[in-house]
Amino acid sequence: MSTPVIPVTAGTPGDELPGAAVLGKISYRIPITYAVLALAALLGLVGTMIGREGVWSQETEFQSRYGDQWFTIPNFSVPSMLTVIVLTVVLIAAAVYGYLLTRDRRTAPLWLHIVVGLAFVLAFLTWAGAGKTSVIPVTSLLAGALALSVPLIFGAMSGVICERSGIINIAIEGQLLFGAFAAAVVASLLTAPYLGLIAAPIAGGLVGALLAWFAVSYQVNQIIIGVVLNTLVLGLTSFFFSTLLADNASTWNARQPLGVIEIPLLSQIPILGPVLFRQTILVYLMYVTVIVLQIMLFRSRWGLRTRAVGEHPKAADTVGIHVNKRRVWNTILGGAVAGLGGAFFTVGSGLAFGREMSAGNGFIALAAMILGKWNPTGALVAALLFGFSKNLGNVLGTIGSPMPSQLLAMLPYVITIFAVAGLVGRVRAPAAEGIPYTK
Amino acid sequence: MKLELRGITKTFGPLVANDHIDLVVEPGEIHALLGENGAGKSTLMNVLYGLYDPDGGQILLEDRPVTFDGPGDAVRAGIGMVHQHFMLVPVFTVAESVALGYEPAGPGGILDLQAARRKVEEISERFGFHVDPDALIEELPVGVQQRVEIIKALSRDAKVLILDEPTAVLTPQETDELIKIMGELQDAGTSIVFITHKLREVRAIADRITVIRRGKVVGEASPESTETELASLMVGRSVSLAVDKTPAEVHDNSLVVSDLTVLNGSTPVVDHVSFTVQGGEILAIAGVQGNGQTELAEVILGIDEAAAGSITLDGKELLGLTVRQRLRAGIGFVPEDRSTDGVVSSFSIAENLVLDLYDTEPFAKGVSMYPARVAENAEVRTQEFDVRLTDIQDPISTLSGGNAQKVVLAREMSRPLRLLVASQPTRGLDVGSIEFVHKRIVAERDHGTPVLIVSTELDEVLALADRVAVMYRGRIIGIVDAREAGPAGINRDVLGLMMAGVPLEDAVQQAASHQSTLAGADALADGKDLT
Amino acid sequence: MTESNTPAPESTPEQPASSPTADRGEDPRSGSAILRQIVGGDVVISILAIIIALVIGAVLIAFADEDVADSISYVFARPSDFLGSAWSAVSDAYIALFRGAIFDFQADTFNRAVRPITESMTFATPLILAGLGIAVGFRAGLFNIGAQGQIIVGAIVAAYLGFAFDLPPVLHVLLCVLGGALGGALWGFIPGILKARTGANEVIVTIMLNWIAVYLVAYVLTLGKFNASGTGLRSPQIGPNAGYPSLIPDFLVPGNTFRLHWGFVVAILATVFVWWLLERSTIGFEIRAAGANPHAARTAGMSVGRITVLTMVIAGTLAGLAATSQVLVDGGSLTAGVAATYGFDAITVALLGRSKPLGTFIAGLLFGAFQAGGTLMQSVTSTPIDIVFVVQSVIVLLIAAPPLVRAIFRLPDPDASPKKVRATTKEAAA
Repeated sequence: MSTPVIPVTAGTPGDELPGAAVLGKISYRIPITYAVLALAALLGLVGTMIGREGVWSQETEFQSRYGDQWFTIPNFSVPSMLTVIVLTVVLIAAAVYGYLLTRDRRTAPLWLHIVVGLAFVLAFLTWAGAGKTSVIPVTSLLAGALALSVPLIFGAMSGVICERSGIINIAIEGQLLFGAFAAAVVASLLTAPYLGLIAAPIAGGLVGALLAWFAVSYQVNQIIIGVVLNTLVLGLTSFFFSTLLADNASTWNARQPLGVIEIPLLSQIPILGPVLFRQTILVYLMYVTVIVLQIMLFRSRWGLRTRAVGEHPKAADTVGIHVNKRRVWNTILGGAVAGLGGAFFTVGSGLAFGREMSAGNGFIALAAMILGKWNPTGALVAALLFGFSKNLGNVLGTIGSPMPSQLLAMLPYVITIFAVAGLVGRVRAPAAEGIPYTK
Repeated sequence: MKLELRGITKTFGPLVANDHIDLVVEPGEIHALLGENGAGKSTLMNVLYGLYDPDGGQILLEDRPVTFDGPGDAVRAGIGMVHQHFMLVPVFTVAESVALGYEPAGPGGILDLQAARRKVEEISERFGFHVDPDALIEELPVGVQQRVEIIKALSRDAKVLILDEPTAVLTPQETDELIKIMGELQDAGTSIVFITHKLREVRAIADRITVIRRGKVVGEASPESTETELASLMVGRSVSLAVDKTPAEVHDNSLVVSDLTVLNGSTPVVDHVSFTVQGGEILAIAGVQGNGQTELAEVILGIDEAAAGSITLDGKELLGLTVRQRLRAGIGFVPEDRSTDGVVSSFSIAENLVLDLYDTEPFAKGVSMYPARVAENAEVRTQEFDVRLTDIQDPISTLSGGNAQKVVLAREMSRPLRLLVASQPTRGLDVGSIEFVHKRIVAERDHGTPVLIVSTELDEVLALADRVAVMYRGRIIGIVDAREAGPAGINRDVLGLMMAGVPLEDAVQQAASHQSTLAGADALADGKDLT
Repeated sequence: MTESNTPAPESTPEQPASSPTADRGEDPRSGSAILRQIVGGDVVISILAIIIALVIGAVLIAFADEDVADSISYVFARPSDFLGSAWSAVSDAYIALFRGAIFDFQADTFNRAVRPITESMTFATPLILAGLGIAVGFRAGLFNIGAQGQIIVGAIVAAYLGFAFDLPPVLHVLLCVLGGALGGALWGFIPGILKARTGANEVIVTIMLNWIAVYLVAYVLTLGKFNASGTGLRSPQIGPNAGYPSLIPDFLVPGNTFRLHWGFVVAILATVFVWWLLERSTIGFEIRAAGANPHAARTAGMSVGRITVLTMVIAGTLAGLAATSQVLVDGGSLTAGVAATYGFDAITVALLGRSKPLGTFIAGLLFGAFQAGGTLMQSVTSTPIDIVFVVQSVIVLLIAAPPLVRAIFRLPDPDASPKKVRATTKEAAA
């Protein structure tokens, strides 16, 4: 189909010209990443377990119970040493298999990534919980991971919406923070947490509107505006926190938690049920946001036009799409989505507002979006990965592990660097991102 | 549909791009808008298409004045445009590209891609386009992309179709196809505005010709006018269309490329290419854009990596050397895309003139630079190369395309060269600058330097080359001696067929039995010139 | 970074290139033209931006003040009460800001009166140094958010060298400064090499390294030598010869207790160095070329990867120097909060300074003054120092959008209005 139509017989030079097929260089990025993980497991095994007294008799206990459920899987224990050895062997095998695949110019299948990830995490958990009296709470580990991921996911979706239409949104952090602030204050003043959920996207959208205004009307560098808006929101919220909110907390900053809504049946599924379906409305909104965005972005008129505006604004303009108008509205929408995510810090978690509450989540969300290659589902996975590794550090820190808690806390950040440098590398951003459109 | 422009004026700051332009296009007419690069043709059409707001003047359709707030209005009024730089989103499919802006959609704005596909197939079938609605734009050859653009315009029932430099990316045979399509559209009652700076085409295609120079209409011409007449009308003085050059005197020094392969992922983009350029000759690489010429030039400089083969300059292997080492070995490189690769637009003219020499004597010692010497150098170079400027410390973005290209040339020729590689050396330039650039390139050849030219313009290839190598899908289809070029032996049609992948001998045969429209018009006009 | 790339119109005919001013149909040296340049120019825009930002700050101060809140309930009955209380709240705050930042006219001794300006310079020192690091990155097209982490790692090294060794004067402080710079350089090297080798986005990597540094310093503080006190909160104090000497000697201003030290001189030297680097050295030429157009830089034979690494190392070094101004002071030690928010404020400083060395220096001084003044303001009035963030960010936003500032004050646009003049003369001619 792709050959131009020519009224004469086109030649097929491939047949008569000599020359052996030349093959390109092979990138060993993936097997190297696998090997590093296998090596880490091996070192952990050798370094801390072998030679320790009674190591063979140590056990690691896992727990999946979490709240009331119709039926629960009882706690179970595994022999620590043996499990880690088996899992390490799996990792080494995966690294070798990955190497062989890559050498033969085949791509590693998705299931291999999943196997490697699971094996490493399980090995790590087993190692950390070896010989401890405390159990590894699997379900609450996952529940906590989801909780830590919610604002990240909202933030990353905000990034996807804005950047797909060509506006770089560094202000996710500010939008989250302002959303958290607005949700807390409105919910507290009106003693209605659900009204806080309405205020949060408005606040986030306001920050988005400022971003769009300066980016489109004055063509200020979008990274500059983003950074400055973050400072502005931080300054404003901290100012009001120190004055109004601190002086009169019972009126301005009372805790107003959203109620947990349990979905019948689904919440009874072992392990995942309570994690996914015993949540506040905000979490359900997050599921809806991701699914709807994924569909709309690639299957709808809005998505087609949005992507056109982000990839080739002039082409969009020539078919009558108002590039700047669309960018402005999408940036406001993106801000609103992040603002909604910010509500999770306050009403979503049943907490009062605190200074600098977003704590860098906006930037992590940005990283998740890039890791997810500007796709809603990709960003979702990246955000969950981050939330999981963060909570892994938290949980291990509380049950006690052979590794100092500060080093455990580095885990999610180290993993992200790994993912960016090792697995993703150069990514393709929307082509017109960050470039103001003028005719 | 009848289209009339009255007194259209458009200025950009101090620059008057269109100065009271009048133009009438009758229904079902193919009207050529002829003018050299930068004459204001594209600006005029962008005004007509609603992309630019005119500062003055009126647009009339069927004698009724209309105003366009944006391209949407123009499209609704029945105007379609195929831009010189295609307005297609590379990551979209053909169906998505055609649908964009006028999407068939169901409830909730969910796209009806099936309907979009059918539309593409329907139009594609009607005109014999053979376009796959599910192909990704970025994977299509430019000729097919152009068809997608035409489908886009037709799917919106365009009554006036503007084609901006449509033949720039086509082989002569593909141009024939386009001419045929234009004929069919004309029969269907569509008016066509055909923008070009190529004299041969307008004579073969147009019903009427309007010539624009420096933003003004300077006259109308009939297709029967000679090329010389049209050229002097277009440029404002008589121009010699041929480049003066003596036969090549070949020396021993040479660039030898053998079995060179470059990969993009795992697909070869330069595929076992071998050729030699001797000192004192110009070898031109001809071919349709995107057949590996860009990569060939870049691998010689070292920007792209070779997967196999060798490149030797005067017996010394270049592969494995860095770009800097190759530049210091005496390569002069004029990149294909001046604004992306040739200059740093925010840098001053003086800085751009030392962009690859800034760390050598006399401009620097150690890490210390001497701005005064950089400036001094700029004064000398810009005079030698006749760069028209106000101040050498102004950013180079203040220069016109022709003057910026002279800066690149001045820089690359300011050191003793052992090889000159120039890609599309005159793309987008006006006739005066083209003449100047061609003269300098020939001078470098006469100096005894091997010169490699990459050009998609057959006119340029035929004007400059001593030998021509035609590239198709990464391979060299054949190398011909330009001295044999002429109506009898190797001509445009033969080169054009080779550009479409037909090996040399077959091409000669086919061309003899199947003269292209343009070549026919040439013969006709040549005959007229004689009488 | 603020100039947008407005593409030139597609057709640029071979018009005789002439100076933009010559085309404007009026003598650029005439009185009105000069006035327009000054009024519309950068300096005036900057001053007006500061004024707007202070007005916005004033509104916030008044809004949060209790007296104002009380008086607003009867604002229609007695508006003078409302205005009076608003005025006193705002003026009290801003007078305190001035007294804390520049000159304390209420002080009883000369030393106390001039101390504020030295405080501003002290606060400015790390902002200038880290800001320069960010600015160098910007010029190379790198968005280095990692100054925070680079400061922390620099501080760890500098502090360690400061308390673990005991060396003669001068030598010891030099060693510590060098160590701090190296620590920062290392933390800058990581994102640089990752970007050059694997293409990893430097924004992500520097953000992650900031967090890693935060946990690293917390961890280091629990280790043997660092944790002599056993609390895990503070390292031992640096040795007596490891700190920067006081900049203003006692014989010049007798009995002074100024905190201002030789770190400020390091900041001045760094500013000059960065200017030389960017404008007068081949490295700077490469940095600027790679930042403005990496494709052209590569075609011209520069190694963009090498430039990326080098730039990040230089940026890290400057941030590491910023760390020394915090740690290498009299009685200084390493704490988890050693970097405060200097690494992030430095981004704003570099943006305000338009990534130019002198601009960054001045912006650093301005922000240092806000910091010093804000501290006093917070302690003597009820206005929290957070207002300073608001004022700072509004300033940067406005300076980045001159047309907005001009619109607020209805100022002429120095670029646009001559065009109008030209159009009308043209009309008259036609």
